[in-house]
Amino acid sequence: MSEQMRPEQIQITIDQQSITVAAGSTVAVAIALAGLNCRTSVTGEPRGPLCAMGICFECRATVNGIAHSRTCQLLCEPAMDIRTQ
Amino acid sequence: MTTSYDAVILGAGIVGAACALECARAGMRVAIVERDTIGSGATAAGMGHVVAMDDSPAQLALTGYSRSLWTRLSPELPASVEYHACGTIWVARDEEEMDEVHRKLAYYTAEGIEAEVLDSNALAEAEPNLARPLAGGLLVPHDAVLYPPCAAGYLVEQAQRHGATLLLGHTVISAAHGQVTLKDGTALQAKIIVNATGSLAPALTPGLQVKPRKGHLIITDRYPGYLHHQLVELGYLKSAHSSTGDSVAFNVQPRKTGQLLIGSSRQFDSDSEDTSVDHKIVAAMIERAALYMPGLPSLSALRIWSGFRAATPDKLPLIGPTEDPTVFLATGHEGLGITTSLGTARLLADHLLSRPTTIPLAPYLPSRLPSSYLSDEAIHV
Repeated sequence: MSEQMRPEQIQITIDQQSITVAAGSTVAVAIALAGLNCRTSVTGEPRGPLCAMGICFECRATVNGIAHSRTCQLLCEPAMDIRTQ
Repeated sequence: MTTSYDAVILGAGIVGAACALECARAGMRVAIVERDTIGSGATAAGMGHVVAMDDSPAQLALTGYSRSLWTRLSPELPASVEYHACGTIWVARDEEEMDEVHRKLAYYTAEGIEAEVLDSNALAEAEPNLARPLAGGLLVPHDAVLYPPCAAGYLVEQAQRHGATLLLGHTVISAAHGQVTLKDGTALQAKIIVNATGSLAPALTPGLQVKPRKGHLIITDRYPGYLHHQLVELGYLKSAHSSTGDSVAFNVQPRKTGQLLIGSSRQFDSDSEDTSVDHKIVAAMIERAALYMPGLPSLSALRIWSGFRAATPDKLPLIGPTEDPTVFLATGHEGLGITTSLGTARLLADHLLSRPTTIPLAPYLPSRLPSSYLSDEAIHV
């Protein structure tokens, strides 16, 4: 891919780790790219996006301090602080 | 099916479940009849706060006694009951309420219930998400929280281990003169019938002064570490005490999962079959809660529901005999049934078996209240 075709890259942090993702990526995608799960269920099972349209609430994580944000419905923004739950 | 029992318990809410266990453990042949599922009425609707409450000396005696029975039982409760001795903090907003904190401290201490005054800073340290500044509070460290339906389930299971029979999905048509008749026509003979059907009790034992008092609760998503103690505003008793009109009070509970239960509301004169959520009163609850915890309204709620407490005119339960020598009561626990279930069951069993009671039964005897049945009859003459 030529340099002009590459989408703009932005820096975010996930669990205090700096990650670069393409602008326009959802937070759910960024978490997946980082090899992490969005959250852990009450019984300790890993959870991530299931419906990817904001209905199932499985992809919740803490975004910029707001717990239980639905990460499939949020686009990454520069310097965004994401914490898996 | 055996149709003859020493005791037939009507209702497998937490009170009926506890009564069944006490009777079965004493060697009685026990049946428990439940229309729906175990702990599905007021038991499921309530918060599950095991609390020493001092609305009256008799209330403090029963809640204190019952709380000690829970403490003793707690090591054997399964994890599903989520028993957690997190303590209660009674929150004081101003100096006038701090006077109440000191009165309460003296009263609790005299009754042997441990309590400790928190000043403004200690309160803020104990619960950083409370509004600041608040005047202080009273920490009652041995109060606890639990998950009531599973607690009722555990008590029923234990009763069954002692030989009790559970008759699930059966509606009781009548229960008097030593006979319990089910909707399917089955007749159970019972030396003792215990009506533990909560706010529905007057349908089977006419004349009881028990009325449904509607309440609402909100449960949030998980916010571990947000809250550490059950918090109740000191004005709670004012709200709980008013016998007419609608009222709300700040009352929030941490669950083991990190979820928060937010209460509370009290409404009389509601149709006891109408469990629909009254959004106006829920809004008032949240507004009240926000006065104490400004961050609460921004948390995510998962579910709101309502249920009915079994309220009596003097805020004390009805425990003991009725005019029908075979019918006994264990109802009218209003908002304290989770706490007082164990004390109620022990007192009732002691009474049935002529054993000495640890605290006097007299304040809870049904005979203390005039039967409204008779006065209704008089009106209709």
